[in-house]
Amino acid sequence: MFQKLFHRLLQGIVVLIVLFTITFFLCRALPGGPFVSEKALPEHVKALMMERDGYNKPVYEQYFMRLGNLMRGDAGLSTRLSGRPVNDVIAQSFPVSFQLGCISMLLALVVGIPAGVIAAWKKNMSIDFIVMTLAMLGLCLPSFVVGPILAEMVGRRWKLLPAMGWEPTNVITWLLPMVTLGMVYAAYLARLTRSGMLDVLSQDFVRTARAKGVPMHRILIKHCLRGGLVPAAAYLGPAFAGIISGSLVIELVFQIPGLGRHFVKAIETNDVNVIMGIVLLYGGLVVLGNILSDFLILWLNPRARAQS
Amino acid sequence: MSLVIQKGTSLRADAMQRLKKNRAAVLGLYCLGLIVLCCLVLPFTPILKDPNAQSLVDQNLAPGAKYWFGTDNLGRDIFSRVFYGGRISIAVAVLTTLVAATIGVTYGAISGYVGNKVDAVMMRVVDVLYGMPFLIVVILFGRVLEKQTAKWSQWVVDLFTAADATPAKINDVRTAVEPLVMMAPLFIAIGALSWLTISRIVRAQVLSVKKLEFVEAARSLGLSHTKILFRHILPNCVGPIIIYTTLTIPGIMLFEAVLSFLGLGLKPPNSSWGVLIQGGADLMLTNPWSLVFPSVFFSLTLLSLNFIGDGLRDAFDPKSSKD
Repeated sequence: MFQKLFHRLLQGIVVLIVLFTITFFLCRALPGGPFVSEKALPEHVKALMMERDGYNKPVYEQYFMRLGNLMRGDAGLSTRLSGRPVNDVIAQSFPVSFQLGCISMLLALVVGIPAGVIAAWKKNMSIDFIVMTLAMLGLCLPSFVVGPILAEMVGRRWKLLPAMGWEPTNVITWLLPMVTLGMVYAAYLARLTRSGMLDVLSQDFVRTARAKGVPMHRILIKHCLRGGLVPAAAYLGPAFAGIISGSLVIELVFQIPGLGRHFVKAIETNDVNVIMGIVLLYGGLVVLGNILSDFLILWLNPRARAQS
Repeated sequence: MSLVIQKGTSLRADAMQRLKKNRAAVLGLYCLGLIVLCCLVLPFTPILKDPNAQSLVDQNLAPGAKYWFGTDNLGRDIFSRVFYGGRISIAVAVLTTLVAATIGVTYGAISGYVGNKVDAVMMRVVDVLYGMPFLIVVILFGRVLEKQTAKWSQWVVDLFTAADATPAKINDVRTAVEPLVMMAPLFIAIGALSWLTISRIVRAQVLSVKKLEFVEAARSLGLSHTKILFRHILPNCVGPIIIYTTLTIPGIMLFEAVLSFLGLGLKPPNSSWGVLIQGGADLMLTNPWSLVFPSVFFSLTLLSLNFIGDGLRDAFDPKSSKD
């Protein structure tokens, strides 16, 4: 178990270093160089800024300098926000994005998994058909279509819920973004849970249990749920990555003051330090999500444990 | 007494039979076929107006006899914009999928065929790439490639014009070529990063096929490795390749639309469904039609593709019994 954890952590570090290398060279190749702004900067200011961020050093030195700085947790200064530390920017807007991601994930789990279990239980009955149709619709109605419609109808026309904004302590402002972001993943999880449960339900021990007269709900929950959840657990890592990047869109639609807005702006203005900071933060989160998902599978599936 | 001879059926014929029985997949196939046909054919017919022609009089109209789907805030005909946009969305999706499938199949095939240490290293690379925040890397990569488009379009223009062409002629070619070249960064960036699943599938297939006797036979006949891999092993993996390629397309379409929605994808005059949906979302309150029609066509296409992909997978699944 510890060996496995160690192995996964090591792999995570490799992922982050590769990600760092890719972003480093992509940022160097960005059209227009690091200091583009609407007003032309005076030459001496530009020279000072080049000096400050180490752009006049050889590339390999810049590479290691940046890597070292990031490892120490110092992401440098933002050029677009006139020298505000990137750490500040992240500390201010990341909690909002993180909160949005977490509650959307929670919603996806709470809706998707029971829906999948019920659909598997009532296979080929009308409720299965309804759940699966809804799940298919959820997959095919992208969040950037559903988001504006919800904001407009529920928020502005019917005035049931606030159409934009985010208050960390006010649950009502969470609802629309949470539903929009979580829906797609709820749909995926429902499909995966259904197929996983169906696999387990077709096995011999289930038939034996039924022959013994164990009630169906007990078979589902006690005997099958654990094995049936494996495909869904395997999807959690990718889902986590998807929710993190999906929040970019949601933040734009609902005008949420999260990291997404900063990222899009930073890309448009070549704000290299902000780009690198956000990419690596997201990369770290995805790595963590994948490790968690792996361990969930180990916990759910004793056979996988025996192999490792 | 007559003897009934039951004809044997091939695996593929069986699968097609199962596919035909799957109503959702068949419906998806017809629906997708219709949309693709409309997007391909209609722009060449007089039914569609110029999608970029603006009109000061006919702004924000509801659907009617003159404009079947209404008009947007600049008085552009939504009906023709939907089909012109669809053409671009589908083109981007197909080209990107081709890029992704080519990389994925080659990579997975080599990894599976060579095996051992090479395989282990190549698959670790895939694992590492899997752990990345995709959307973000694609956005960055696309931005970097954008710089190259001017160079590429110049290159393409040179390809199609004679050395002594008049400036007007060169300009004509340039206006025809430029929108296409502007799309290139998008599909290269998305394609270069979405081959991972396909490569895993192909590797697993190649691993199982390369142990079969006919490969042994081919080897004993002295065929080269490339020939064995690409002429004998890969044709036996076509089923899964087609299935997972089909399942990749909707994801890629969604991806392109998300990028366009964020304003980081296609730039005008190219307007894909994603661009139209973004424009429509801004006008939602005054003019819901400009959001509804592109969204409906986009979602229908995704729905059909998903149904077809699911249907293909169920049909080719070896676990499903012969009935």
